[in-house]
Amino acid sequence: MLRLEIDGEKVEKCHEMASSVSSRVNQELGPFSTVAIERTVARFFGIDGVAKDDVPLPNVVVEHLKSQGRLEDGVALHLANACLYYGESPQEIAEKIALGKISLSQVPWQGREACQEKAFELVGVSLEKIREKRREREVLLESLPVKERPWLYVICATGNIYEDIIQAKMAASQGADVIAVIRSTGQSLLDYVPYGPTTEGYGGTYATQENFRLMRKALDEESEKLGRYVRLVNYCSGLCMPEIAFMGAVERLDMMLNDAMYGILFRDINMERTLVDQRFSRMINAYAGIIINTGEDNYLTTVDAFNAGPAVLASQFINYHFAKKAGLPDEYIGLGHAFQIDPRIEDSLTYEIAMALLVREIFGDCPVKYMPPTVHKSGDIFFAHVLDTCFNMVSVLTGQSIHLVGMLTEAIHTPLLQDRYLSISAARYMRTAARHLAENFFLEKDCLIQRRASEILDRTEKLLGEVSRKGLFQAIEEGTFAGVKRQRTGGKGREGVFRKSQWYFNPVEDLLVKELFRNEA
Amino acid sequence: MMDDVVRENVEASVILPYGDHKNDGVVQVSFTLPVPDGPLGDEAARQVMRLMSLKEPQVVESTPLGENYTFFVGYGKLTRPVEISKLKVARPLWDKLDAASIDRLVRERLGRPIIVVGAATGQDAHTVGLDAILNYKGFSGDHGLEAYSAFRVVNMGSQIPNESLVAKAIELRADAILVSQVVTQRNVHLSNLTNLVELLEAEGWRDKVVLVAGGPRITHALAVELGYDAGFGPGTRPSDVASYLTQEVLRRKSLY
Repeated sequence: MLRLEIDGEKVEKCHEMASSVSSRVNQELGPFSTVAIERTVARFFGIDGVAKDDVPLPNVVVEHLKSQGRLEDGVALHLANACLYYGESPQEIAEKIALGKISLSQVPWQGREACQEKAFELVGVSLEKIREKRREREVLLESLPVKERPWLYVICATGNIYEDIIQAKMAASQGADVIAVIRSTGQSLLDYVPYGPTTEGYGGTYATQENFRLMRKALDEESEKLGRYVRLVNYCSGLCMPEIAFMGAVERLDMMLNDAMYGILFRDINMERTLVDQRFSRMINAYAGIIINTGEDNYLTTVDAFNAGPAVLASQFINYHFAKKAGLPDEYIGLGHAFQIDPRIEDSLTYEIAMALLVREIFGDCPVKYMPPTVHKSGDIFFAHVLDTCFNMVSVLTGQSIHLVGMLTEAIHTPLLQDRYLSISAARYMRTAARHLAENFFLEKDCLIQRRASEILDRTEKLLGEVSRKGLFQAIEEGTFAGVKRQRTGGKGREGVFRKSQWYFNPVEDLLVKELFRNEA
Repeated sequence: MMDDVVRENVEASVILPYGDHKNDGVVQVSFTLPVPDGPLGDEAARQVMRLMSLKEPQVVESTPLGENYTFFVGYGKLTRPVEISKLKVARPLWDKLDAASIDRLVRERLGRPIIVVGAATGQDAHTVGLDAILNYKGFSGDHGLEAYSAFRVVNMGSQIPNESLVAKAIELRADAILVSQVVTQRNVHLSNLTNLVELLEAEGWRDKVVLVAGGPRITHALAVELGYDAGFGPGTRPSDVASYLTQEVLRRKSLY
């Protein structure tokens, strides 16, 4: 069997350091919440829809409470208080807030105990809905089993959800196991989630709850037809991480891109905002049984992939421990990496195998997500297809779990129908042709693959040592990851972070913590 | 024999695609039609090739992509030749200079670095191209503009509103603006690029900067048509842009 000899003690050391790095961050940020978290709580109360000028009602409620100087208490207490006093639903209260008919801070106080009880009751309805969706998925996976690995993951994103549906169903029928709808460029920087079905987007389709629902429904029909459950993916990143996590949970998405550091490094979102939001959003993902995908592949596109191995691995360790601390079991932590080394480098394929094996073996129970080459593709679509074939082979040979199918026209345009077909066919070919290939090989002691993997692990340990010494905030400020430097106080969305008051109450978090960490208590 | 070969080369002012022998005109095409796979689909595909002026259209592969879509691979022959001598090609008029010459020219003639502001504008979040041209690391062993003493580079990054880019250029009294546009869905790059020209004109700054657009769908001709001084498409090296900017900035000051 093709396996690396890995120094277990080093791996253990890396785990310890990454765990302590993430603990310190969580501890330091424990006293903070964000506007996105509070909007999510409002959604758990059942508040949805938009007010005038298409402002989502959760934004209306949170902005209103902020203007009253009471956001520090969290929206839950004040909403529950108003529901009790007026005997109305949260939605009705929110609509009245939008019309200026209710001022939350002026509502006569019904007492903390009564408000908390009401709040637990209201968010309990949404939590039950999420449990129901999770059961629904389990039943479907039982009756429509997905038998082959790696899962073939393709992207559909025309900007128009109805067009996406046609292409997604077609891709599924060609063999895709996972459909990702890429978001409209720039959505990650919107501090609200657009509402309703959308037909206009740039570089992708807006992530809205209705778009999620439409696509899931279409894929359910296709899954039934194919006898194989087709998974749906969207992005749980940017300024609305937890809100989108909620939407994905109630619309039965199966995977969500959720990286603890991506927003900071690549979208210049404030560190505290991202790190606070990621924790809450991942708790929702965990409760919904959604597999997260982390974005370490991005390091490989921004810096030289040949030298980026340690940064990728270090980030995976950190992402992994943030995920664990948000209640995600290993089977739901889809750590990302990619095949991006310059193909002109001698032995580049060997180095790719080394890295792919290393990640696979260190995170043995995680559904590792392997991304295709993009940087070294040009208009030469024929060579791009050859490169993808090598990527497909390494993926099958090293036992990756989620395989993002590379496109021969990556460097040119969003995939045409035939591009997706050709790429899926090539990946399917390799999945069948090389299915048991790895069983036939073992590695020579001290061979190039072995040496390369050990070197990356050594350097990862050093890098994590540095991060652990400095703390994550300072490490990011100094450009440790992807060479991108971000200031703790800089970046977008910082004004949405606030310190909780002594009265702060978040019934969703309380219930999720109780459920997710039941065994540890 | 020798003579024939020479004459043929001279006469090659008209050309045809070369498949496996001269002037056979063989062209390979692939496309998808919204038709079910079958004889009618194949005929539709051959008709597509006839409409492309291809003779003897052949469908060598037809594969259903879904219920009502079929992918075709075909071959045909082009019979009308390309009159190569009559073609006009737009490209920036500049010579390729090496890094040392660029640094020396700018130091000696301008006496200060050329100030360059770059951004991926509008909703565009893709900075791979922009970074390859501007950042020190560059692309494929060809260092970016930051590596030259001849340039002072401000890379504003992605998703920059045109207004901010113009404001920054004016603030720094930039000699050149580099705009990267990767997202081209529904031609959003065109309106974005045009809008930047309009903003610069409104500020009275259009003539004070060398305005350059770059991206996978940008050609020099397109950029010029949109009111830019130059456009750089796929395959551009940082040294190409460096050479062009040096010559254009110096030329405008009558230093080149």
